[in-house]
Amino acid sequence: MSTPTHEYHPDSTGSKIGMWLFLFTELLLFGGMFLLYAVYRVKNPADFHYASLNLDTKTGAINTAILLTSSLTMVLSIGMLERRHRKASLWFLIITIGFGVWFLVNKYLEWSHKIHHGIYPGSEELTGRTAGENLFYSLYFLMTGLHGIHVVAGMVVLGVMVWMIGKPHHRVLPVTTLPVDAQAHAVSVTVEYSEDAKLDQQKLIRLENAGLYWHLVDVIWIFLFPLFYLIS
Amino acid sequence: MNAEKHPPVSLGTYLMVWLALLALTALTIAVASMHFGAWSVLAAIVIATIKGTLVLLYFMHLRYEDRMFRIMLLLTLFTLAVIMLLTFVDVLLR
Amino acid sequence: MTTTEPSYLENQSHRKGLASWIFSTDHKRIGVLYLISILIFFSVGVLIGVVMRLKMLWPGTHLYSAAAYNAFFTVHGVIQIFLFIIPGIPAAFGNFILPLQIGAKDVAFPRLNLLSWWVYVIGALLALTALFSGNGPPDTGWSFYVPYSLRTNTNVTLAVFAAFILGFSSILTGLNFITTIHRMRCPGMSWFRMPLFTWSLYATAWIQILATPILAVTLIMVMAERILNLGLFDPGRGGDPLLYQHLFWIYSHPAVYIMILPAMGVVSDVIPAFCRKNIYGYKAIAFSSLAIAFVGYLVWAHHMFTSGMSNTARMVFSLLTFLVAIPSGVKVFNWIATMYKASIKIEPPMLFAMTFLFLFAIGGLTGLLNGALATDINVHETYYVVGHFHYTMFGGTGMGFFAALLYWFPKMTGKMYNKRTIVVAWAHIFVGFNLLYFTMMIMGWLGMPRRYYSYPPQYHTYHVVATVGSWILATGVFMFLGAFLVALKKGTKVAANPWDATTLEWKTASPPPTENFQTIPTVTGGPYEFKDGHPA
Ligand code: HEM
Repeated sequence: MSTPTHEYHPDSTGSKIGMWLFLFTELLLFGGMFLLYAVYRVKNPADFHYASLNLDTKTGAINTAILLTSSLTMVLSIGMLERRHRKASLWFLIITIGFGVWFLVNKYLEWSHKIHHGIYPGSEELTGRTAGENLFYSLYFLMTGLHGIHVVAGMVVLGVMVWMIGKPHHRVLPVTTLPVDAQAHAVSVTVEYSEDAKLDQQKLIRLENAGLYWHLVDVIWIFLFPLFYLIS
Repeated sequence: MNAEKHPPVSLGTYLMVWLALLALTALTIAVASMHFGAWSVLAAIVIATIKGTLVLLYFMHLRYEDRMFRIMLLLTLFTLAVIMLLTFVDVLLR
Repeated sequence: MTTTEPSYLENQSHRKGLASWIFSTDHKRIGVLYLISILIFFSVGVLIGVVMRLKMLWPGTHLYSAAAYNAFFTVHGVIQIFLFIIPGIPAAFGNFILPLQIGAKDVAFPRLNLLSWWVYVIGALLALTALFSGNGPPDTGWSFYVPYSLRTNTNVTLAVFAAFILGFSSILTGLNFITTIHRMRCPGMSWFRMPLFTWSLYATAWIQILATPILAVTLIMVMAERILNLGLFDPGRGGDPLLYQHLFWIYSHPAVYIMILPAMGVVSDVIPAFCRKNIYGYKAIAFSSLAIAFVGYLVWAHHMFTSGMSNTARMVFSLLTFLVAIPSGVKVFNWIATMYKASIKIEPPMLFAMTFLFLFAIGGLTGLLNGALATDINVHETYYVVGHFHYTMFGGTGMGFFAALLYWFPKMTGKMYNKRTIVVAWAHIFVGFNLLYFTMMIMGWLGMPRRYYSYPPQYHTYHVVATVGSWILATGVFMFLGAFLVALKKGTKVAANPWDATTLEWKTASPPPTENFQTIPTVTGGPYEFKDGHPA
C-alpha cells in the first residue's frame, strides 16, 4: 500500500456493493450472449432441437450436480469461518476447488469428444450441416467456453483465499503504516490486538465476496444447462 | 442501510436449499424427456429461474441483505429484459 | 482557511518523483494522472483530425493514400471516443472532485482506482500498438462493423482487444463511484444535498456498469470470430450481421450518455456558482439525469434506420428517441431559469458553460433530424451526421470538459491561469468550431458521404471552408491548453475558494490536503445556498 494514510476500517456493506456491481457486469456479459442464443433459437427451432440431441444430457446433469454441490461447500466454508472454525473452513474451500476441477475435466472430455467427431466451429463436418446446427454449436462452444474461463478464474480466486485463510495472521504491522496522528501514541500491544480483529473481519469479507463470484458462475450454468442440453 | 451484520445462517438451511436444487435438476430433466413441445422450453426456463433464485436468495444471502441489493439486481435484470424485448421487436417482425 | 497540513501535491509517501504519482492511491493524484493522459490523447486526436482535413482541401489523390485516410478516421474515432470522451470527465474530474464534494477522504476502493488508471494506460498503449504492428492500422471506423471487420486483414483484433481492456477501466471507475456515493457521504450529506455534478456521476456510473459489459461481449465475439471463425454473424452460415449492430449500439448509445451526463453535471455546478443564486429545479435536474440514463437504453436502434431492420422496429425506435428530448429539455430549461434575472459573472468557466449550452443546443436540435425516421434516411452516413455528432460530443461534452478544467484548475493546483488568454482562445474555438462543423452539416445535407477520401468538385468550396475552420479551431484548442501549462509555472496563487462557490469541495484548501479535510465536515444545507450573493 503506497499511501498508508488511506487505509480504513473495513466496510463490509461497501465492499459487498462493489462485488455485486461487478457481478451485474458479469450477468450482462452473459446476457448479451443469451440474447444471441434467443434470437437464433427462435429463428431455427427445429435445427436447435436436432443439434441438442447430440449433446450428452448425462454429462450435463452430472456437471450441474457438481456445481450445485460446490456451491454448498462454498457456503459451508463461509459459515465455518463465521463461526471461527478456520480448519473446517479451509477444508470446505479445498473441496470446492476440487469440484471445480472435476467440472472442468468433464467439460474437457465432452469438448474433446465433440472435436474428435469433427464438430467444432467452421469444421468441414459442421459446415455440411444446417445453418441452425452451425449456430447452435458456435454458441455452445462460445458460451460454455467463456463459462469455463470463469470457473478457472473462480478457482484462482478461491486458491488465493486458501492461502489467505491458511496463513496464520499474526502480522505485526510496522508502526509507520498507521495514520500519522496514531503513530505518535502508538502502543504496539494495543495496535497488534486491534489489527488482529480487523484482519479477521477482512478475511471474512473477502471470502464472502469470493463466494458470491463462485455462486454467480453457478447461476449462469443453471441457465446454460437446460438451454443447451434439454431443449431436445 | 445499517443492517450490517445478520446472524450466521444455519447450516441446515443450506443443506435444505442444496437438496431442493438437486431435486429441481432431476425434475427439469424428467420434464424435458416427456416432450411437451414448446411447453418444455418454458418449463425448463421456469425451473432454471427458480433454481437461480434459490441460489441468489440463500447461498448469495440476498434474502438477508439490505433491500437495496435486491433493487439493484432487479434493475439489472430489468435492463436485460428491456434490451431483449426491443431486439425482438426487430427480429420477429422483420 | 489556514493550511496546517501539507497539500496532496507534496509527496508524503516513501516513493519518489514519478513513482509517487503512478503508484499513488490518492484519488486526487489519480485524477491528475487521468487528466494528463486524457489531454495527451485528446491532442493527438485533434492533430489527426487536422491532418484529415488537410487532405480534404482538394479532391483526388494527394498527400497520403486512401488507405491512410481510412486508418486516420478509425484511429481518430477510437482515440476521441475511448480515450478522451468516455473516460474524460468522470475519470479526471470525477476522481478528483467527487470525494471532495461529498466530504469523503477518498473513493471506496482506492487501489481499484489506481488499477483502473493502469488498465486505461495499458489499453491505450495496445490501441497505439495496433497502429504500428500487424498488417497495418485498422480501417473499419471506430464502430468495427461486421462483416468488414471480420474480413479485413488489418490489425483489427488487437484494436478490438484494446477497446475491450479500456472497457474494464470504465467499469472499475463506475463501480467505485457508486459504492463511494452510497457509503462515504459525510454526516449531513443526504442524497438531496449532493451537488448535481455528483448526481450526474452517479447516473453515469450506472450506465458504465450496465452497458459496458455488452460492449465487452460484442468485442469478445469479434475476436472469437476472427480467431475461431464461429460464423455467428455470417449470413452464409445462418448468422445475422444486424445482430452485431444491435449489440454494438446497445452499448454505444447508452455510452453517448456516459459522455454527456457528466458534462451536464459540470454545467449544473458552474451555472449557480456564477449566477450567484441557487439552482432552479434541483430535484428535476437530479432525476432527469437518472431518467436520461434509463431512456438511453431504449433508443439504440435509431443508428440503424437504414440497415434493413423491421419497419415496426424503425417506428418504435424513432418514437422512443423523441423521449430523450424530455429529460434533456428539463435540464436546459432549468439552467436557463437559473440564469434568468441573475447577475451573471462571465468568468471563463461560465463562458464555456454557456458555449456548451449553445453548441449542444445546435447538436441536439440537428439530432432530431436524425432521430426522425423519414429525414434520417436522407442524411444517414453523410457529413451531416459527422457535423451533428461533433456538435454534441465536442461542442457538448468537450466544452463541458473545458469548463470543468477552468472551474477546478485552481482547486487542483492552487493557481489561476491567464483569463485573457482563455478568452482569446475561446474566440478561436468558437469561430473555428462553427466554421468547421456547420459547413460539414451543410455538405452532408447536400449529399457528401462520410468516410470518403475524395469528392466531386461541387463540394470543393465547402471543404475549403471546413479545413480553414479546422485550423482556427486547432489553434484555439492548443492556445487553451497552453494557458494551463503556463499557469502551472507562472500562475498567480489563489485563495481556497476563488469563485466564491458553495459546494463542499471549495470548503477545504486549494490544493487540498491528502486527507481532503482537516476535520470531517458536517453538512447542514443544500449545495447551492447563497445569501446576499455569498455562500450561505
Ligand atoms: C479539431 C478537432 C477535430 C477535427 C478537426 C475533427 C475532424 C474529423 C474528421 C475530418 C472526421 C472524419 C470525417 C469523415 O471522413 O467521415 C472526424 C470523424 C470523427 N470524429 Fe472528429 N474532429 C475533431 C475533434 C473530435 C472530437 C473532440 C471528437 C470526440 C469527442 C471527435 C470524434 C469523432 C468521431 C467519433 C469520428 C468518426 C470516426 C469514424 O468515422 O469512424 N472528433 N473528425
